[in-house]
Amino acid sequence: MSESARERIFSKLRPAVAAGRFDIPSPEPPPRPEWTRSEKVEKLKALMEAVRSEVHVVKADAWTDALKALARRRGFKTLLYAPGTPVGDAVKQAWSEGSGGLPALRTYEGTIENYKDTLFHDTDVGITSTRGGIAESGALILWPDAAEPRLMSLIPPIHIAVLEADKIYGTFIEAMEAMAWPEQMPTNALLISGPSKTADIEMTLAFGVHGPKELIVFILEP
Amino acid sequence: MAEQSFDFQKNVDTALADTQLRANFAYAMSTLYQKRKAVFADKAETERLREIGNAVRQRALSKLPELLEKLEKKCTENGIQVHWAETTDEANRIILDIMNRHDAKRMAKGKSMVSEEMHLNKFLEEHGKEVMETDLGEYIIQLAGETPSHIIVPAVHKNKDQIARLFHEKIPGAPYTEKVEELNALARKTLREKFQHADIGLSGVNMAVAETGTLCLVENEGNGRMCTTVPPVHVAVMGLEKVVEKLSDVPPVLRLLTGSATGQIITTYFNMITTPRKPGEKDGPKEVHLVILDNGRSTILRDPELRQTLQCIRCGTCLNHCPVYTRIGGHAYGFVYPGPIGKILTPQMEGLEKTGGIVSASSLCNACEEVCPVKIPIPELIRRMRNESYDPKGTVSGHGYKWNLPEVLIWKAWALANRYPKLNELALKAGGLFGNRFPKIGPLRQWTRVRTAPRLSGKSLHEMVKAEGVDHE
Repeated sequence: MSESARERIFSKLRPAVAAGRFDIPSPEPPPRPEWTRSEKVEKLKALMEAVRSEVHVVKADAWTDALKALARRRGFKTLLYAPGTPVGDAVKQAWSEGSGGLPALRTYEGTIENYKDTLFHDTDVGITSTRGGIAESGALILWPDAAEPRLMSLIPPIHIAVLEADKIYGTFIEAMEAMAWPEQMPTNALLISGPSKTADIEMTLAFGVHGPKELIVFILEP
Repeated sequence: MAEQSFDFQKNVDTALADTQLRANFAYAMSTLYQKRKAVFADKAETERLREIGNAVRQRALSKLPELLEKLEKKCTENGIQVHWAETTDEANRIILDIMNRHDAKRMAKGKSMVSEEMHLNKFLEEHGKEVMETDLGEYIIQLAGETPSHIIVPAVHKNKDQIARLFHEKIPGAPYTEKVEELNALARKTLREKFQHADIGLSGVNMAVAETGTLCLVENEGNGRMCTTVPPVHVAVMGLEKVVEKLSDVPPVLRLLTGSATGQIITTYFNMITTPRKPGEKDGPKEVHLVILDNGRSTILRDPELRQTLQCIRCGTCLNHCPVYTRIGGHAYGFVYPGPIGKILTPQMEGLEKTGGIVSASSLCNACEEVCPVKIPIPELIRRMRNESYDPKGTVSGHGYKWNLPEVLIWKAWALANRYPKLNELALKAGGLFGNRFPKIGPLRQWTRVRTAPRLSGKSLHEMVKAEGVDHE
């Protein structure tokens, strides 16, 4: 059935596009703002905070100290991290230097099929890296992979993301070009701008409807 | 289907008399209107962006067969299984087959207007499947047994008191609360359970990129990511017009879509799916299916004027800006797509004669055209639909259904009377003598139902001028 449906659809589409002309305009592409690194950091921070993300700009060599201080202050219980990634290894190293009052470290064991219960019911916080950020939109770019699975940034009620200031691009299109997206699209690419939200009840904005209730971003400056 | 014949006038009367409904819509629409205005403050830049949006969508339509073949090829290479459906019935059966093959009973469903067009929930439920809507708005209307009244905010016709009662009655063990935060928390708790145990996830597609075979989903809640990541199988459904040529077409369309729909620079999540779970990856569906639906779109594409309907990116902003939609809400339109876009899309999909004259419910104020992010000339296409309704030689299904001899004769007489001065004089005289005594029947009664009929003067202007002796100069 499916095969013949395909044939039938294409036999209608081909003459249809040939009928009459299309009048396609050729506008100039949007301008690309020339922002310095600190301008991009400021822009991204302001936009993300406006949608209730928590953004900390810290020195790259001190970010795990800031993370530990935050985790202690907030009383996190469990932290899901990805060993084998620069962010995950830094977390592990920092915890090994003293983990009093810190959340217990967790790793994503096996596949979702057997890890679902723990992930859904017994994980406070997930920490992931990012591929970059987009200043103009106020969004993080995530390319989850085998080391850092997709659900780490979705199921735990708090998502912590680590972003290097040097990897903030002005616009989405610049990020695509710089990272050659067309040649290497991953399983799943994500833009994330804040915690999960909805305004489906009386246009009243509420956070944490399905995904994380909080998004905490550490921007690492060299 | 029950909705194939409906009484639009009755729906309008009912909606207009419902003060609660009108208040809900008035508030929500003015909020969305203001939010959009704030993100598109720079007029010149917005205009440029709309021009780009128009170019991207037109270019995609101009190469549609080629792009769809490329999309199919790329998806297949990436491990996504592509299915083609000419009708909604075929699409429903494809999805049921996929579910049966996996022995899947529970579906977690993200927001998809195409699935509404297919009446997928009803179909699957008739075949013993459990379908759970997970977008909060869709979940609310599913609990209420209703259909969406807006493309973007489907439960916008309900206020929080109504939702509070609904949750209390329908969710086992739910306490009565009118606090929005608590209502959201109730939904979160119930639906997280569903995500965890769903056998299959379903989503729509906001854009499909032919160049890379990537499916793009735009959302704020995270339920779309849940449906496309947690269950072992993901089925995406899309109308065949949703393809764009290149990845570089995505950023401008995304910007236009989120800005127009909800007045956001970007949504919380932009989810781009290119392959199923790869070996070594720990989550994501092992199988991804893409169902590409025609349902009349290939016919719409044939007409150089009407094909502009297919540029639509389903942002819903024409609804928010429409003086008619804002007052009567989405349900009155009787079909899946309400508002200005519905007025041009529904007749082309369902046939003019079945749509109860929704094309006449427009003041042609042009607001929809002014805000449309891809510059669809909606008022022009509404006029085309009106003409088609009377045109026995038209091309839209149901064309000429309003054609009738009396109206044709009246207009013929009108044309004659305006072509020959003598006839004109005679007609005016007759109007002056008998016009006010003309019985108010048929369309005349309809017209005077809510208006005062004008009184025709006994003398024409010509006669009066002559009588008063006004000089020609």
